[in-house]
Amino acid sequence: MRSKLVLLSALWGLSWPALAGTATPAEQLAGYEVAAARRALPAQGEAFFTARHGREWACASCHGTPPTRPGQHKSTGKAIAPLAPAFEPTRFTDAAKTEKWFRRNCNDVLGRECSAGEKADVLAWLMGMKP
Amino acid sequence: MSDTRKTLLSWLGAALMALPLASRADEHGPRVAAPPAYVQECGACHVPFPSRALPAASWQRLMANLPRHFGTDASVDAATAAQLSAWLQANAASGRRADDTPPQDRLTRSAWFVREHDEVPAALWRSTAVGKATNCAACHTRAAEGRFGEREIRLPR
Repeated sequence: MRSKLVLLSALWGLSWPALAGTATPAEQLAGYEVAAARRALPAQGEAFFTARHGREWACASCHGTPPTRPGQHKSTGKAIAPLAPAFEPTRFTDAAKTEKWFRRNCNDVLGRECSAGEKADVLAWLMGMKP
Repeated sequence: MSDTRKTLLSWLGAALMALPLASRADEHGPRVAAPPAYVQECGACHVPFPSRALPAASWQRLMANLPRHFGTDASVDAATAAQLSAWLQANAASGRRADDTPPQDRLTRSAWFVREHDEVPAALWRSTAVGKATNCAACHTRAAEGRFGEREIRLPR
């Protein structure tokens, strides 16, 4: 019973970086996996990122496929730095910023918030991209 | 020279000196530095438009509808929204431009914008280099810093 409590506390503690403050991509991924109560599936993340979800844009519409090169805003034309952390070291280093952009862009692409599982899948896929 | 004449000349001189300042203050407004939060949140997808580009009521409507910002979700947290709104309200268009409310609060459809850009050929707006009127930086080389002076314009080929 006590070991279960210790494990749960450790997992709960791991989720905090995903909620606020600076955090590495790995820490944020861990937080999303805890919230989703499952491991991330990168292949599922790729499918999710490149698909359209009943609306005009996919994630890839602005971020590109693969998102290892600069993308471009579909509406304004503004250049967007690569999304994969290995190609742009500032990516996924601030949990609040990650959450803010998931909120905005999931609303654009899906018309709703992304689930923790969806965020975990996408982040795991992005982290897997190496130069 | 009589005293009256000296007084009249002084007033005339002062009036002449004040004219350029008055017109600059009316058309271009004082250049106000945008807070970092404005540049970060409102300059992420397009150039951070100067606060004096729109009247206060336009900014108020835009800030009240950020999740539906010209087709995308541009929402910010409540604290940031309050900070940005306060700055925009305090530094919105003044003088003539305060009455210049464009349709849908689109600043590129303001009377002042159309007037300032009336010499731009239609083909240039449509060119790949420019594309749309909100792409200020295509010609205004320092638009990202809020600088739109004539000397800093370079038309793309």
